Formats: sequence, structure tokens, C-alpha cells
Amino acid sequence: MSSSLSSTEPRGSRPKRFLSPTSIMIYSALLVAAIYYLIPLYVMVMTSLKGMPEIRLGNIFSPPVEVTFQPWATAWNSACTGLYCEGIKVGFFNSMKILVPSVIFSIIIASVNGYALSNWRFKGSELFFTALIFGAFIPYQVMLYPLVIITRQLGIFGTLTGVIVIHTIFGMPILTLLFRNYFVSLPPELFKAARVDGAGFWRIFLQIMLPMSLPIFVVAVILQVTGIWNDFLFGVIFAGTKNFPMTVQLNNIVNSTQGVKEYNVNMAATILTGAVPLLVYFFSGKYFVRGIAAGAVKG
Amino acid sequence: MAGSRRPFAPLRNLNAKIAAVPMIVTVLVVFIGCTLWTVVYSFTSSRSLPTLDFVGMDQYVRLFRTSRWTVSLKNLAIFGVLSLSFSLVLGFILAALMDQKIRFENTFRTIFLYPHALSFIVTGLVWQWILTPAYGVQKVVRDLGFETFNFPILTDGRFAIYAIVIAGLWQGTGLVMALMLAGLRNIDDEIWKAARVDGIPAWKTYLFIVIPMMRPVFITTLVIISATIVKVYDLVVALTNGGPGISSEVPAKYVYDLMFSRGNLGQGLAASTIMLTTVLIILVPWALLEFRPRYRKGEVSK
Repeated sequence: MSSSLSSTEPRGSRPKRFLSPTSIMIYSALLVAAIYYLIPLYVMVMTSLKGMPEIRLGNIFSPPVEVTFQPWATAWNSACTGLYCEGIKVGFFNSMKILVPSVIFSIIIASVNGYALSNWRFKGSELFFTALIFGAFIPYQVMLYPLVIITRQLGIFGTLTGVIVIHTIFGMPILTLLFRNYFVSLPPELFKAARVDGAGFWRIFLQIMLPMSLPIFVVAVILQVTGIWNDFLFGVIFAGTKNFPMTVQLNNIVNSTQGVKEYNVNMAATILTGAVPLLVYFFSGKYFVRGIAAGAVKG
Repeated sequence: MAGSRRPFAPLRNLNAKIAAVPMIVTVLVVFIGCTLWTVVYSFTSSRSLPTLDFVGMDQYVRLFRTSRWTVSLKNLAIFGVLSLSFSLVLGFILAALMDQKIRFENTFRTIFLYPHALSFIVTGLVWQWILTPAYGVQKVVRDLGFETFNFPILTDGRFAIYAIVIAGLWQGTGLVMALMLAGLRNIDDEIWKAARVDGIPAWKTYLFIVIPMMRPVFITTLVIISATIVKVYDLVVALTNGGPGISSEVPAKYVYDLMFSRGNLGQGLAASTIMLTTVLIILVPWALLEFRPRYRKGEVSK
């Protein structure tokens, strides 16, 4: 490291100059791409802070001359979804009511299932697991109508319970995969030692596996929170009109044909809808990347 | 525990079987049962209610005579081919740039990946706003002095599907980049050193050594993106709602509309069966390729 006096050749690769022609090209390409990616966010925020007259006169990229938070208040409290004008907050609370139980149930079921599949395999368990993963690729449209019939028979069609059950079902493949792979990667000696000590299925799960698997639970929660919050199709079909999640309400607000279009309110409502997964994303960083990578790696 | 009796076979490992009940029910009832139900009923004359009056291929014949369906298929093909090729190429280039030991790697990654955290509805509505002729890109360019500039991407039926491609790429390329970057990081440094010693230029190393080595990553990414492409629905609903006219309709939207708003179940079921077939055409060769060696190795990828 101390190179000032040494006569020997420096070791290691030659330090890259920050401003070599190659690196200028690399950074400018990345910068252009980054700007392209940031433009929609920038436009959303700028539009939501302008008044309507300014929007009609100016262009979408110019920052607001006069900053107003009125569109945000309107979007939250009194934007119209076509039927009534109670703002996007209705959708926000509906989404919360769908989100919390869906995340909890799907993760409990999938973690126990993944644990059974990794440590307590039984005849046919691998077969079902493979079928489960393949099921994840079936387009939802193929299963929608029969599911409507089933949920209707069970009396949960058009209710919160209905949409929660649907989210639990369709979250199962990816979550089970996630947990199974994680439990398989833990040292098997742990499990064997606990078995020798006489611990059973649930005790090993609760006292040995759970305390070791906090990170994978974090990944699962992030995966489910963003996935369920962003869902549109299941919400619009299974939740029922009065439980429409935020994405459905947002679409109704923006794409409803009646009345004058208030673009600033629309953009404020759009940001509000995107805010939950975005916050999760910005605060979770690596875990989010791990979650999407888990969706991508082959079993 | 006095006298450890061996339990009756179906009861052995009972807890694990109980734990797996939701999975078993999901697989048997939802994935297999519901799919078979749909395929069977797609051969019936069901209108607003399902009936078991079989009419052979009638629904399919009628389906392919419906212009809205053929337009949907054509749009899916355009959207699919463009999204796949652009997201793979751009995603790989971004990943390769990110892999040059750059500074601010985390910042760039955060920027490229954040659209992936958003709902397709949000993405669709933002791009609808940016591309609206009266206020968006067209007006901005005209304000710059190009008075005759026309960019009717949302109002001209010939171009609407490309708006969906643009928005879809914005949301999806970051994911491809992340997957490709993970793939690049798995390439042994020795390969790069050897290539450098042999004096092979970097672009050639990528093209002839690294990309062939990343074949599994490419194939997995391809399959995952294809499966989401076939399902594309929310993005279209938010961005164009299939319009203008029927110019940007897609199969998933056709299925939904015929089943739930038009009360033409038979058509919706036949259309969804075609969607299933499309996915199987992509999936089966991949499964045959990917899953066999995996079982032989018996490893679990990270």
C-alpha cells in the first residue's frame, strides 16, 4: 500500500481513472437510462403540485410556478370514482383490509408448507410441489370463472374473505418455493439433533426453524405486500364493489368519463396509490431484490 | 413414550400432511380442477350461465371469426415480440454497464428497479398522462418550436399498442437488468482474465463467451417475462382501455370482458383456453430443458 518510496511494480489491477473515455461513456449511458426511468416519477410529482390553469398553459416537465397541495387533499378526500366522491382514501383502507390478513395467512400457510416439504417429505409431496410451481404459470384468466362459482357456493364471493382467500391461493407457489428453498439450505444437523431430542413437527418449526428464518420472512412480507397491493384483477372480481382496493378505485377515478379531467388530482391519487409499495421498496432495498430474484430462480 | 408403535401408514408423518393440505387443495381444486373445468366448458354453448350442452369447436370457430379477438392476438404478438427483445437487450446492456465496477451502483439499481415495485395501473396512468397529445410529449416538442410535430400514439389506433410496449418496458426492464446482473456476477473472474490475456476485446468476450455461458439465465428470464406478457391486462386497462376503438385490445382483456360484462361465457372460456395453450407452448419445452438436469444434480439454486 505504501507506494511513495517503493521501487517495485505496484500490484493489483491498474486503478481506473474516473474520467477515462470508457468510463465517461459508461456513466453517460447509465445517466441517460436513469433519466428515462425517473421522468415518469418527476412528471407525476410536478403535475400533482400544480393548479389546473398552470397545467393547461405549461408543459408537463416544467416545475410548478405556484406549489399547491390542494390536488393531494382532493385526491385523498373527495375525488370521484364515478359513483360517489369520497376520494382515494376509501380504496386505501380497503387495500389495507385486504392486505394485512392476506399477507399473514399466505405466509403462515406457505412457511409451514415449505417446512413440511423440506424436512418432512411424504409420498407425493414433491409431485404436488412441482404441480404447484407449474400452476403459477397458468394464466389467471383460465381459473377465474370456476373460482367465481366456488367462492359463490361458499358464500364468500364479493367479500373481503373471498379476495383474501384468492390472494392466499395465488401467493402459495412463489412463497412455498421461497420457504422450501430456504429451509433446505439450513444445515440438516440442526433438524436431526432436534429430532433426536424428541422434538416433533411443530416444536421444531416454532423453536428452531422460525427464529432462524427472519430474513426469509422479511423477503416474503415484501413480496406479498407489493404483490397484493398492486393487484387489480382479483380485487375487481372477488372483493365486491364496496371493498374495491386502491388500484381499482384509482383506475375508476382517472378513467371515469364524466366531468372535467383534473390531471393534478389524478396524478396525486396515482402517487398515493404507488406510495405504499414504493416506500416498501426504498426501505427494503436488498430484500426486495432477493424477493424478485426468488421469483426468477428455477426451483 | 411407551412402546413406539409404528403408526398406520396414511397417518405417518401426519402433521406434515396436514401442513400440506392447503397446497394439495390448491393444486387439485384450483390449478387442475378449475383449469379442466374451463377447458371442458369451452366446448359448450354456455352463454351467461354454464351449461353442459356440447357444441364441439363452435366457440373456437366463432372466436377466430371475431375481429376483436384476432386484433387482440395480433397485439399480443407485437407486444410480446417487442417487449421480449427490447427488455432482454436493454436489460443485458444495463447489467453489463452496471458490472463495470462503477460508483453509485446501488443508486442506479434503485432507479432502474423502482418501476417494478409499482402497480401496472399506476404505470399505465402515468404513461397515459405523459403521452396525452394535448399536454404530454407532443405538446412539449411543439412548444420547443416544432409546430407540426405529431405524436398521436394514444389517439391513432395504429400506434396505441406501442404506447403499451413503452410503458411495459419502463416497468419491466429493471427486473431483467437485475436478473442479468446476478447472472454476470456468477461468471468466474478467471474467464475474464483469460480473455484479457488472450487479447480478446471486451465486446467479443461478452458476445461469444459470457452470453453463451449465461444461457440458463436468459432462458429463465425469457420464460418468466413471456408468462407475464401473456397475462398482460391491468396495464392495458389503465393506459388505453383497449382503445381507440378495439385497436389495443389484448386476450386477457377479451376474456374478462366476455365473461364478466358481456355474459358470453363460452367465448371467454374458449379465449382463455387459447391463452393456456400459448403458455403451455412456451412452458413445456422449457420444463423439459431445465428440470431434467436439475433433478440429476439434486441441488437447490440460491
